[in-house]
Amino acid sequence: MNELLTLDAAELARRLHAREVSSVEVTRAHLERIEAVDGNGDGDGGPDGVHAFLHVDAEGALAAAEAADRAIADGGPASALAGVPIALKDNLTTIDMPTTCASRILEGWRPPYDATVVARLRAAGLVPLGKTNLDEFAMGSSTENSAFGPSRNPWDLSRIPGGSGGGSSAAVAAGEAPLALGSDTGGSIRQPGAVTGTVGVKPTYGTVSRFGLVAFSSSLDQIGPCARSVLDAALLHEVIGGHDPRDQTSVDAPLPPVVEAALAGARGDLAGVRVGVVSQFAGEGYQPGVSAAFTDAVRVLGELGADVVEVSCPSFSYALPAYYLIAPSEASSNLARFDAMRYGLRVGDDGTRSTDDVMSLTREVGFGAEVKRRIMIGTYALSAGSYDALYGKAQRARTLIVRDFTAAFETCDVLVSPTTPTTAFPIGERADDPLAIYLADLCTIPSNLAGNAALSVPCGTSADDGLPVGLQVMAPALADDRAYRVAAAYETARGESTGPRIPELRALEGSR
Amino acid sequence: MSDITRDDVAHLARLARLAVTDDELDTFSRQIDAIVDTVSAVGDIPDDVPPTAQVVPQTNVLRPDATEPSLPREAALAGAPAAEEGRFRVPRILGEEL
Repeated sequence: MNELLTLDAAELARRLHAREVSSVEVTRAHLERIEAVDGNGDGDGGPDGVHAFLHVDAEGALAAAEAADRAIADGGPASALAGVPIALKDNLTTIDMPTTCASRILEGWRPPYDATVVARLRAAGLVPLGKTNLDEFAMGSSTENSAFGPSRNPWDLSRIPGGSGGGSSAAVAAGEAPLALGSDTGGSIRQPGAVTGTVGVKPTYGTVSRFGLVAFSSSLDQIGPCARSVLDAALLHEVIGGHDPRDQTSVDAPLPPVVEAALAGARGDLAGVRVGVVSQFAGEGYQPGVSAAFTDAVRVLGELGADVVEVSCPSFSYALPAYYLIAPSEASSNLARFDAMRYGLRVGDDGTRSTDDVMSLTREVGFGAEVKRRIMIGTYALSAGSYDALYGKAQRARTLIVRDFTAAFETCDVLVSPTTPTTAFPIGERADDPLAIYLADLCTIPSNLAGNAALSVPCGTSADDGLPVGLQVMAPALADDRAYRVAAAYETARGESTGPRIPELRALEGSR
Repeated sequence: MSDITRDDVAHLARLARLAVTDDELDTFSRQIDAIVDTVSAVGDIPDDVPPTAQVVPQTNVLRPDATEPSLPREAALAGAPAAEEGRFRVPRILGEEL
């Protein structure tokens, strides 16, 4: 494998700034890697690839790379990540590439504007390679709900790469991109990060603009970085974060010093940091190999000087039910905009049908099963007869979860848990059981409901199956830097002992 | 049991503008019934707990009352399934028989 594909974004950036390598070379290497391992995902029985990408813009990427090379050569104040390639989840609007949300209803749609995060990336000289696969409208935990076929886990192509942002995490894990952006509504950045052995960060709600993120559940959605190191995630976080007047929920507060925290953490000292192990995230349903890897990670944090205590968050048992009421409720409202009138698919407009009929036919054909299920559950939860018993109660559950976090953060600086109860499951294994798939987000959902910061950092592999496990680090709102510090210290202590960061795609490459 | 029936799902689908098929009514009623059963666990939370709708400590965010360039008409119409004379073309919206 080309060495450029194995480097962290920080090291790539250093070489780019030192002009030891050009962005065009780096970009071309990644485009070739995509060509070699991404495959077509056409399910023809052949050795389908990772299928991380729904769209690759080689021409646009090389043009952006040339511009970055010129900016660096001019010696101007090129940003820290100028010239580094990046992959974008396909629910972020891009003016020069289609944005489909992995849905037939938006197939081929080209947005008239860039998302704020995309505009910020471009301004910082990063090089967008293309758009990555996801569960349709980010609803899912496996990418199996993509209308264009699932992505595959680079560690084992027969397994899911997590979701909804499985494409972004798989691209980073497979060396197709050093960085990617995801969106996390119930764990869609952290859970794919955990099962692909990569880093995924959900920043504090409101600290990264959602303008241009196709809305799923507006009170929960948060854009964040995917990377192969904690420092890389922090560098990207700094590019995309900060107040945006075009997002009404954008918090007008200084971004926490995440890069500084990642650098400080990498020096390895956690003396005096109070780490709380959430006692509810263990026991039944947790794969033994995941629990063992997590226990070992907690031991390492202790060795680094952290004071480890157990904390109880009893109301977290309400998180999953509350989430699967609040998210579908907000989704049922947000997805009303797909009405076959202003953009996207229109079906059955033959001059005899009414607007209502055309809308209903279009949405029936354009949406997949999970999206329809969630729209109807949301419609039910918000209907007059159920509102108080379901949606209203879910909002009260949210209050209890916020209170549990508040109490826990009175005695702890950060909380830790496994990111997800199991490693990557085989594609298709839970296909007929939506509730089984929902369990993948058990540990990640509370931080979406409470809005605090949380990330997943690789913590080795499970002894059961050799697949990656993630350590989740949660921090209070606007204290994202604490999670970065602890994760960076842990990452440094763990070193390279648990295997390659970029798994070789043996089955795939051997067949070509 | 929450007892979501086939008819309930048909009603929800109409409200949500989804022209679901007969087969889907069977599958969705079974699945949605199981999901609603699970999520109903929130029902035992006492009503004296106040609701939380969102977690950002701000309300009524206003911007300066100043004009800014808006999306050009061509750009707004570029992704439309049908456009005519600089407008979105839509099917008839009134219920009269043809």
